[in-house]
Amino acid sequence: MDCSEVIAGIKNKFPDFCALSVAQPYTDEIRIKVSPKFFKNTCLVLHKGFSSPVEMLFASDERRDTGKFVINCVFVNLKKSRWIIVSMDIPQDEPYFDSLAKSIYSSSLFEREIREMFGIEPKGNPDLRRLRLHDEVWPEGNYPLRKDFQEMQAGDLRDYEFSKVEGSGVFEVAVGPVHAGIIGPGHFRFSAAGEPIINLETRLGFTHRGVEKLFEGKTYLEATSLSECVSGDTSFAHSLAFAQAAEKVAGVLIPKQAAYLRGIFLELERMHNHVNDIGGMAIDVGFSFPSAYASVIKEAILQLNDKLTAGRYLKKVNTVGGVLIDLDETKKHILLSSLKNIKHDFNELVKILYSSVSFMDRIDSTGALRRKTAEDLGVVGLIARASGIPADLREYFPAIYKEARFRMATEDSGDVLARLKLRIAEFNESMRLIEVFTGKLIKGQEINSRAELRKGSALGYAEGWRGPVLYWLEADVAGLIQRCKVVDPSFLNWQGLSYAVLGNIIPDFPLCNKSFNLSYSGGDL
Amino acid sequence: MLQILKNRILKGVLTRHIEPGLSERIDPAGRELKSLIQKKFGRSLHIRQVDTGSCVACESEIISANNPIYDLQRFGVNFVASPRHADALLVTGPVSKNMLIALKKAYDSMPEPKFVITCGDCALDGGMFKNSYYVYGAVKDILPVVLHIPGCPPSPLQIISSLITFLQKD
Repeated sequence: MDCSEVIAGIKNKFPDFCALSVAQPYTDEIRIKVSPKFFKNTCLVLHKGFSSPVEMLFASDERRDTGKFVINCVFVNLKKSRWIIVSMDIPQDEPYFDSLAKSIYSSSLFEREIREMFGIEPKGNPDLRRLRLHDEVWPEGNYPLRKDFQEMQAGDLRDYEFSKVEGSGVFEVAVGPVHAGIIGPGHFRFSAAGEPIINLETRLGFTHRGVEKLFEGKTYLEATSLSECVSGDTSFAHSLAFAQAAEKVAGVLIPKQAAYLRGIFLELERMHNHVNDIGGMAIDVGFSFPSAYASVIKEAILQLNDKLTAGRYLKKVNTVGGVLIDLDETKKHILLSSLKNIKHDFNELVKILYSSVSFMDRIDSTGALRRKTAEDLGVVGLIARASGIPADLREYFPAIYKEARFRMATEDSGDVLARLKLRIAEFNESMRLIEVFTGKLIKGQEINSRAELRKGSALGYAEGWRGPVLYWLEADVAGLIQRCKVVDPSFLNWQGLSYAVLGNIIPDFPLCNKSFNLSYSGGDL
Repeated sequence: MLQILKNRILKGVLTRHIEPGLSERIDPAGRELKSLIQKKFGRSLHIRQVDTGSCVACESEIISANNPIYDLQRFGVNFVASPRHADALLVTGPVSKNMLIALKKAYDSMPEPKFVITCGDCALDGGMFKNSYYVYGAVKDILPVVLHIPGCPPSPLQIISSLITFLQKD
C-alpha cells in the first residue's frame, strides 16, 4: 500500500478531500497533512475504512519555529501493515479544534489529554475533565507540555466531579487510591444497586510523573533508560518501541542477530507476566495452591532473565541500533534447559486450574467484554484478542515472526476465562518462539550497529504482553529529543474494564481487574 | 484435588529447591531476622506498602519476596491490607503530586509506634523522575524515614537483607 492508494481510498468516500502534503518517509508510515477543516472527516474515513481505533492522538508545540501547534492522529491498517498519520496545524492564537470524540470514542481520552497538557480545546467533546493533573493539586491554566511552560504556584483548586448514578437503593463504594494489595494506586468508584455493579468510574493519574516532559532534551541513551521505567513490568517492550523509533530516525538497520535476541527477550517478558496474571486470577478467587505454583514459575523466569542479562526485568538490554547482550553457547544451554522445566511446571499449573470445577465456574462468563463494545472503545492488545478482535502487531508487522511461523491466538467470549485461555496459549507460543529464535542465533555475530540520532520524527511500536506499545519520537538537529509521545495499551484498555464489570458483583471486581491487569504507571505516564 | 496433591508431593518444600546456594543464603539471614523481630516487636513486623508513583517493578519484587522461594512471611514479616494494622510503611515511587495527600493520610492512620521504609531509587530522591514538574520529591522530606532499600528495583534478597541490617543497628 502506498500514498496514492490511501488518498484514492479517502477520495472515494470523501470527494472534496484535498491534502496539503502526503509522504511516506518509511515503508510502514504514511503521513497526510490536511487543513483543519478536513481533519475530522479524513480521520472518520480512515477509522471506518481500516476498522482501526485512534491508536494515538497527540499534539506537539511548534510555536517557536512556526507559531503553530501540530495535532497528529495515528491509525493502523493491520492487513496492509501500514501506520497512517493524519496531521494538522493549529494556530497559537486560536487553540481549539473540532472534537472527534462523538464519532470515534477512542479519541476521547486523547483529547482530554491534549487539553490538559497543551491547553488546546477539543470543541464538542462532552467530557473535558482532566485525567492526570488532578484538580485538587494542580491549578487550571498550567500546561506542562507547552515548550514555554513555567509552573504557576497559585490558582484555583477544585474537587473532581464523579459521574453520578441516582435512584432509590443505589449506593456508592469508593476504593483507592491506596489499595489492599501490593499494587499501584488508582481510584475506583462503584455504583451498585443490590449486588450488581451498575457503573464503575475509574479515576487514574495517581502515578503521573511527567514522563513525556522528562524525555524532552534528552539524548537517546538517557532516554532509553527512562523508557524502561515508564512501566516496570513492560520495561523491555517500552525500550524496544523507543529504540525502534530512534532507529528509524537515525536510519540504521539492526543486525539480524539483534532482531532474534530482541524476539527472545520480548517473549521472556511476556512469559513472566502472563504466568503472574494466571496466578493472580487463581488467588483472586481464593485458590492459593496454583497461585503459589505460578509464582514459582515466575521466579524461575525472573532468575533466568537475571542469568542471561544480569537483570531480572531485562533492563539495560536494548540500545538504539540493537542490543547490548548476546547469548553465547552456555547461556543458550541455560535458556533451553530452563525452558524445559518451565514448560513442565506450566503444563501442571494448567491441569490444576482446568480440573477445578469451582475455579472454572467462577471465571466462566465473568467480566465479559463483548466484541462490539471492545471495538467501539478502541480496546487493544490482549484484551481485544480475548474479545475476538484479531489484532497483534507480531502477526501484522511480522519481520522475524514470519520465519518462526507465528500463530496469533484469539478467543471469542471476552470473559475472564477467555483471557485466561489466551494467556495460556500465548505463554506456550512464546516458549516455542524462543526455541526457534535461539536456534537461529549464530556465534560471534554483530549485535548492534552504530547509530546517531539526527533531525527527524518516527513511530516505534512493539507488541508487549499487554498489547501494542507505541512511541512517537521527534529529534532536533543535535539529536536531542523534542517530543516523545508514549502510548501504553493500558491507556485505552482501562475503559474496557469499566464496561466488562457491569452487571457483575463487586466481589468479582478483583478477578476482572486481574484478568485485565493494566498498568497504572503506563497509563498515567 | 489429585493434581494438587501430586504436585504438592512431587515439588516438596520449594524454598530449598530452584537454585542450589540460594536457599543457604536466605535461610540463616531469615532466621536472624525472625529473632530480631521477635525481640523488638514482640511477635512480628506488619508492613503496609504504598505506591506513590512507582513503575511497579518494586512492587513486583516485594511480591516476589513473599513467594514460596523467598517466603518472607516465615520470618514474621507480614504485608497487611490496611495502614491501621501496620507497624511500618513501605513506600515506593518518586511521590507524584497526586499521591502526596494519600501518602500522608496512610501514615497518619497508622498506630504508634510506627516507622517508614523507602524502597527503590525513586523513593530516595525521585530517581529518574527527580526534576519533573509533577514529582514532589524525596519521601524523607515528607515523613521520617528510618531505612532505605536501594536498587532499581531491589531484588527480593536485597529487600530481606536490608531489613536485617536495619534491625541489627537499633
